[in-house]
Parts: sequence; structure tokens; C-alpha cells
Amino acid sequence: MKSKILKILIYLSAVITLLILFFLIAYILIKGVPNLKPDLFARHYTSDNVSLMPAFINTLIMVGLSLLIAVPVGIFSAIYMVEYAKGGNRFVSIIKLATETLTGIPSIIYGLFGMLFFVTTCGFGFSIRAGVATLSIMILPLIMKTTEEALKAVSDTYREGSFGLGAGKLRTVFRIVLPSAIPGILAGVILAIGRIVGESAALIYTAGTVAQVPKRLTDSGRTLAVHMYTLASEGLHMEEAYATAVILIVFVLGINTLSSFIVKKLINVDGKARLQ
Amino acid sequence: MIENPIITIKDLDLYYNDFKALKNINLDIAKNKITAFIGPSGCGKSTLLKSINRMNDLVDGCKIEGEIALENENIFGKMDVNILRKRVGMVFQKANPFPMSIYDNIAYGPRTHGIKKKAALDEIVEDCLRRAALWEDSKDRLKRSALGLSGGQQQRLCIARALATKPEVLLMDEPTSALDPISTGRIEELVRELKKDYTIIIVTHNMQQAVRISDNTAFFLLGEVVEYNDTQKIFSIPADKRTEDYITGRFG
Repeated sequence: MKSKILKILIYLSAVITLLILFFLIAYILIKGVPNLKPDLFARHYTSDNVSLMPAFINTLIMVGLSLLIAVPVGIFSAIYMVEYAKGGNRFVSIIKLATETLTGIPSIIYGLFGMLFFVTTCGFGFSIRAGVATLSIMILPLIMKTTEEALKAVSDTYREGSFGLGAGKLRTVFRIVLPSAIPGILAGVILAIGRIVGESAALIYTAGTVAQVPKRLTDSGRTLAVHMYTLASEGLHMEEAYATAVILIVFVLGINTLSSFIVKKLINVDGKARLQ
Repeated sequence: MIENPIITIKDLDLYYNDFKALKNINLDIAKNKITAFIGPSGCGKSTLLKSINRMNDLVDGCKIEGEIALENENIFGKMDVNILRKRVGMVFQKANPFPMSIYDNIAYGPRTHGIKKKAALDEIVEDCLRRAALWEDSKDRLKRSALGLSGGQQQRLCIARALATKPEVLLMDEPTSALDPISTGRIEELVRELKKDYTIIIVTHNMQQAVRISDNTAFFLLGEVVEYNDTQKIFSIPADKRTEDYITGRFG
């Protein structure tokens, strides 16, 4: 009897989760798709035609620049943590504590910090560069953590094999360990992209809400998520806000599909990374 | 007892933190011979093997006192550890080909030591695969992943990879313990073949294997070398009671 109830509960939970997701997506699609008009993809945003194109381009710029900063730093610090730092080192435990704490901080706090530090103290103003700086800090611990896990998952027999052939630490790390960890690192990068695309709180106070494609990094610019937030809070363009939500969902879905495709390409039948 | 040894180990003590894993080891390794290290698990034979190419450096808390000399040069002295490992190659218990092509696996060592020319690398790859009796099986799939090879082939690939840096000594840490009898037989045949050009030290749990392939045998117990002699002598008239007990299967 007891096990039967439990079984029903398990099935029920699965169905509820699925229904919520289905309802959410269906609701947005039904509300949004009819509002997807060609005008929304016009080159310029005007108060008559709230085009989402500038925001779309800004999103790509934000993603690209933030990754450009955070990915190398994150990967290199993860390499330090896994391959170079000795266990029990004080410095290492402080970095560990810091990254773990930073991963859990709500993004509005990053936004507040970005506004006080980058926008005001550094004098960046509401700008793409202030937004990129804030986002880079925000995704850095995420990339570092996933890269660390990916590096730790690489079998020590590879390291032994490489050292045994007279290869130094650097060569072993960059030729053997890192390539084997690429699928795991990529998974972290994808998570980071997801966070950037979906971010609004950290950007409103740093990159601002100007709905144009910036001419330079010192200009303000809104991303898709911010665009949607402003449309919805102004209350004048709800249809366009739903349409933007559709584009956001498609965008994230596209990134996920593309990345799982890349990961599959990198992994061969043995389930191990290939380096060719 | 050994003339012109290629490796001499003198008064070697090794500690893992407070645990003394090797006690006062004195051992000469004969050139172009196969030397087997036998003994029960945890007796220190693999530890000593890994000291010879300083793989123990990678173990936290490992401390070594005493001397190991390769061709009369102390390996703990001025010798570059990467050069040492080029001269003293190693084959591990579990085959560990890198997740790259067969060709790149073999070329990894030479590339590490500065050989970049394709023609030179091609030659090394073919030569090493031939020496490891893997050429016929792999010549048509050099660019394919090494992970697609069978277990026995992977271990022969690892031997070929070790040969590619042109070592003088080859250390083998139970190279057949994960293989089936047929693959084991092929590796043993190969090891006997390699003796012409290389000095081989092999750790084995399999006493028949020691008898079949080795010239000299060292018997280890609790971190000490109990007996070191010609393989035939050790297995027919062991000098020490403990050796006799071990090889007749009374413990271990």
C-alpha cells in the first residue's frame, strides 16, 4: 500500500513538472507568436516601432565580450586550482570559499556592485563596458567551478603517461589534460551563456536601457531580457514583450541544441573525449 | 655479482610521510637483461620501480634518501627529470593510451623532446609499432583513435609509445595483469625480443612469468630485498627461507 502511494506520488510529480513547463511555454508561444511581426526586426528602435533587433545584437555583444574575459581567466584559475595548487594550502581554501560564495549571490547584488564600482567609481557610466565587466565577474565562478570539475574528472593515468614520457607539467596540462576536459568546460560555458542571456537585474544598473546598438563600448545598450523587462514595466507594449519572450526562448533552445551537438561531436563511441 | 650495471641503487630508504616503504635497498641492474621484481602486495616493488624514473616525485609526502645512479650519474642530482624519464621509459599496469590517434600517441614523446619533422616522426612511428608487434594491426588506421584498439593492443601501443623516446631502460609495472592469457603471451614474447636493445625491469605478481622471461629476480618483502639472484637459482635453490615460502605459495 505504502509503496503504491509513493509510486503515484513519483508519477504525479513528474507529470506536474512537465505540465508546468508545457503550460509556461505554450502560454508564451500563444501570446507571443501572433505578435512576431517583421517590424520587430527592423534595424532601429523607435517609440512607434519597438524593434527588438538592437537588443538582440546587444545580447550577442554582451555574450561575446563577457565570455572573452571570463572564459580564459576562469579556465586558467581552474588549472591553477587543480593542477598546480597543493591541497591544504591556505590561499586555495580562500579561493574555494570565495568562488562558492560568489556562485550563490543573487544577481541584483552584482548589479548594485557594478553600479557603485564600475559605473560610478571607475567612471564607466551606464555602458556596455560596465555591463560586460559586471557579467564577467558574475559568470567567472561558474566557469571556474565547472572547469575544475572537468579537470578533476580526467583520469590520472593520462597525467602519469605523459610525465612518464618526459613531458613537463605545462605540456601535460595543455596537450593531454585540457583537451580531455573540453566537453565539461563547454558545458560550463553554455551555462554561463544561459545566465547572461537571461540576466536583467545585473544589467539594468550597469549597461542601462538604451534601445540602440551602441557605436562604442562606452555607450549604453539593453539586452533582450532587459528589453522585455522595460517593455513590460512600461506597460505600453505587452504584445511586443511576449514576442521578445518567444525570441529569448528560441535563442536559449538554439544554444542548447548547438552545444549538445558540439559536445557529441567531441565525444567518440567510447564516451571519451577525442583530440584530433 | 653484476658486471657493468646500468643502474646502481645504493642505501635507498623511501618514506611516505612517516611510513618507511623501502629499507636500505642495494641493487644493481644488469644491462640488456630482464630483471623481475617479485613479492607480495605492498612489499615495495612498484615503489622502487617508480623511484627509478622519479615518478614518486608526483606523490605528496614521498621522501627518498640514498642514491640511484643511471650510467654512474645520480638521478637525484643535477640530472633533468624530464631527460631522465626520456632515458628511462615506463609502461603502466593499466594500458593508458592518450585519447588521440595511434600516430599521435607514439609521436607524443618525440614531439615533447623536440622532433617536429613529419618524415622523422613517420619513421619513428613505424619503427616503434613494428618493434611492439603492432604495425600489421594498425598501419591502416594510424589516424584513428587509439581507444578503439583492444586491451592487449593498447598495452602494446603503450610499449611502442615508451620506445619512441629511445629509452635505454624500460620499466614495466605489472604490464600484463589486466590482460587475457593470449595477450599476455604476446607481450612476454615482445619483452624477450626487446631485451636485445633495452634493459628491462618488470614488476610482476605472476611467478611463472618471472621464470619465463627474466634473467635476474629480486624478491621483496616488507620494503626490503630479501634475495636477489639469477632467476634460475632463485626459483630452484632459494637461499632464504622466506623466498622459498613465497615461491612455493605458502604466503603472499
